[in-house]
This record gives sequence, C-alpha cells and structure tokens, in this order.
Amino acid sequence: MGKTEIYVVGGGSAGMAAAIEAARAGAKVTVIDENERPGGQLFKQIHKFFGSGVHRAGTRGVQIGRALLKEAEEAGVKTRLNTVVYGIYPGKRLGLICEDHTEELASPIIILATGASENALAFTGWTLPGVMGAGATQTLININRVLPGRRALMVGAGNVGLIVTYQLLQAGADVAAIVEGLPYIGGYGVHASKVRRAGVPILTSHTVLRAEGNESVERAVIALMDEKWQPVAGTEEVLEVDTICLAVGLSPLAELAWMAGCRFSYLPALGGWVPVHDENMESSLQGIYVAGDLAGIEEASTAMEEGRLAGLSAAEALGYLSLEVAEARKIEVRERLAALRIGSFGDGRAIAKRELLRARCKK
Amino acid sequence: MRIEDHPILGKTERRKRITLKVDGEAVSAFEGENIAAALIASGRRVFRYTAKRGEPRGVFCALGRCTDCVMIVNGQPNVRTCVTPARNGMVIQTQVGRRGGEDTHDLEME
Repeated sequence: MGKTEIYVVGGGSAGMAAAIEAARAGAKVTVIDENERPGGQLFKQIHKFFGSGVHRAGTRGVQIGRALLKEAEEAGVKTRLNTVVYGIYPGKRLGLICEDHTEELASPIIILATGASENALAFTGWTLPGVMGAGATQTLININRVLPGRRALMVGAGNVGLIVTYQLLQAGADVAAIVEGLPYIGGYGVHASKVRRAGVPILTSHTVLRAEGNESVERAVIALMDEKWQPVAGTEEVLEVDTICLAVGLSPLAELAWMAGCRFSYLPALGGWVPVHDENMESSLQGIYVAGDLAGIEEASTAMEEGRLAGLSAAEALGYLSLEVAEARKIEVRERLAALRIGSFGDGRAIAKRELLRARCKK
Repeated sequence: MRIEDHPILGKTERRKRITLKVDGEAVSAFEGENIAAALIASGRRVFRYTAKRGEPRGVFCALGRCTDCVMIVNGQPNVRTCVTPARNGMVIQTQVGRRGGEDTHDLEME
C-alpha cells in the first residue's frame, strides 16, 4: 500500500466522504477515529434525510453510514480505530494514543473532520443523573437500544430536539413536552407536525427552571418567559419526568485546529468559533483542511459534501488530479452544497459561510 | 429498560449474555455493549459521586467526552463507562471522588 499521504482525523460523515474522494483519485489515505467503528453519528440517525436525490434524500442516516463504509473499503481507505489524536505539532505531526501505546507521525496532508459536541444548559439540578444531551439520548436508544427513562422533557425545538423527541416515542418512551426558549420553533415544520400529531406539546417562550429529585431526576419545573428571557412569576408548572434532554445546539470540536494554529472567526450562525477556510476547505495553514461540523455546524448532508471538497482538493494538491478534472468535480460539489443552503433555514448558514471565506482571504 | 422491538430498527440482534458484578451485585449484560448501556438497562442511574460535595452523576454525553459516567472498573478508577465494552466477570464499582470506591479513603476529598 505504501506510506499514507493523507491522514483524516475523524471518521464521521465529513471524514469518510473526504477519504473516499481522495482514495478514489489515487491517494493513500488513512482515517483515524477514537471509536470502535467509523461512521460518526450517522448510525444513530434513523430518520430520513432531506434534500434532493443526489443528497440521498429519503434515505436514513444509518443506511448512508453503511454505504459510506462500503465505499471507503472499496476505495482502499485504511482505518485506524480506537485511536485518539491528542495533539498536532509543527511539521504536521500528529500525536496518537492507541490502545496500548502512544505514537507520533508526520502527515503530508491532514484533513480535520472532528465534528461537534453538544452544548449544555445550566439550571438548578442540571447535573442530576437523568439530565443528558439529546444526542446522548439518541445514542442510548438507537445504538445501545436502551431507554434512559420512561418519561422525558425535551429542551429545545430545533431539528435535534424534534427528531429525538420522535425517536424517544418510537423507542417506547413518553415525552411530556418540548420547551423552547425562542418564541418560535427552530426546526423544520414537517418534524414539528409529526411530534404534535403524536400528542407532544411544543411550548415556545418556555424554559426549564430546575430539575428536582433525590438521586436522579424525578420532576422538572418549567415556566413561561417574557421578552427579556425572564421567567414569568406564577407560570411555573411541574412535570413528572425522569429524564431531561438538552437539545440546545452544538459547538465545533475545534481543539486540534486551535492547536495547529489555524485562524478562526466567530460566527454564531455556524456554532461559534470556526476555523476559516477557502473554497477548497483548506484552513489558513497550507495542507491542513477542515470539513463538516468543525467547519461550521450544519447537517450530515453538507458535511459529506464539504468532505468531498476537502478530499478532491487534497488529492489535487498531491498531484493525483489535474487542475481541470479537479475543478470540474469541485464545481459539481459546490453546486450541491449551495442547493443545501437555501431557504429560510439555509440562508443564514450560506451568509456565514461566505463570511468565513472572506476571513480566509484576509492575511 | 431495553428496547426489544423497534418500529424502524426491528428486533435487537441476539448477542452473548454475560454477567457483570456491580457494587457486589450480579448484572446481566451483552458481550461488547458499553458498560453504561448495561447499567442503564438494569435501571441504574448514579454512576459516581463528586469529590467535594458528594453529588450524584450519571451518563451525560454518552460519547466519551464529558467523563461524568466514570466508574471503577476492575480496580481502575476514572474509566469512561459509555465507551468501554463490557466483558464477562468485570467488577464495577460506583466511584466516590476522583479515585475512591465507597469504602476507600479518598485522599483528594480532604
């Protein structure tokens, strides 16, 4: 096989897509992932994806995950699993923690696709067992096939909150309500309707005041909020729940990009501090690419397209693709990306992404 | 509580049954599933108590990042149970403080 030319850090949607594109072009690619199997969060996405046919709309995330792993294998992508990248050093050197030893290696090109982590929300009692991330809940029910509780409160009516609520119902749990701090529902109407049809109320301008319970969650107290986001006295309501799921956004997992010295921009529409990148997904550092949620919180579909861009660009940089071939392929991908960033949900992200590109151009 | 039958995912595949010893009690699990899943399935929610205030903690991120679910596994403290596969005969203890078991003197609690 020869020596690896591209190390991809993170084997989720973006990382696997990047690896597949680069390997198909002829590059020697290795994906490093801390988990037992690659696929990132795709295997817990049991709902059908949106978009058009080319984005595999109507397909469930778990099926896309299986397809990606198969394509990666066919393309000759190597994987190093159960391996944590703990650091990144000058000269594009990666520090690795493997199961029984540590290791350092140099990589001609690095693609960072480290994903995101869930935001927390601090309220009285939020550390009680039974309060957990909505993504954590999704992992427990759809991957581990265990229910964290019998009756839950969902905090946040974005797509994650809506989808995980529905998946809790599918798994046999009850959801008392969804509370959303904003005066409107952030997620897609189709998800919100589905949850409402199932009898779960969505309470906008509401928040969770506290979690109560002896050793774990036994109740949640919610309340209406005024325009200044202050709870309105007298509107407290006690919900008998044993689980509180937090779906209050994601933040890019950017530690490695910071450590590498990549330049960042603060863009709330993309989840906070995001490494700036150009149209090829190259960061401010030559030979270090970023893709997926690390490069701005979006969706699995956009993450895969960004991964493809990074993979094609990396293969081109190594000389595996001519300028003409690479550019033609990249234009296709960019068109699909643009199509995923339209409408009331995509516009904000599209604008923020353009700001990120502009920030990259400033030296 | 285990989800035996699921409208999308179907029936849970049959896996090898194993037994864990959790705070002295036998807990049934499936070989290779993570420890946290087995404990949640058995109805356990408190995985450890904090060093300073002795507050209970359990699974929070289920991804290996937050370290809220760490326990003592085969004598080793601070093991992230949400990403550690269960093996037959594992001895698991609720962790108190940064390293101690319930009956262990925790140096860092002083």
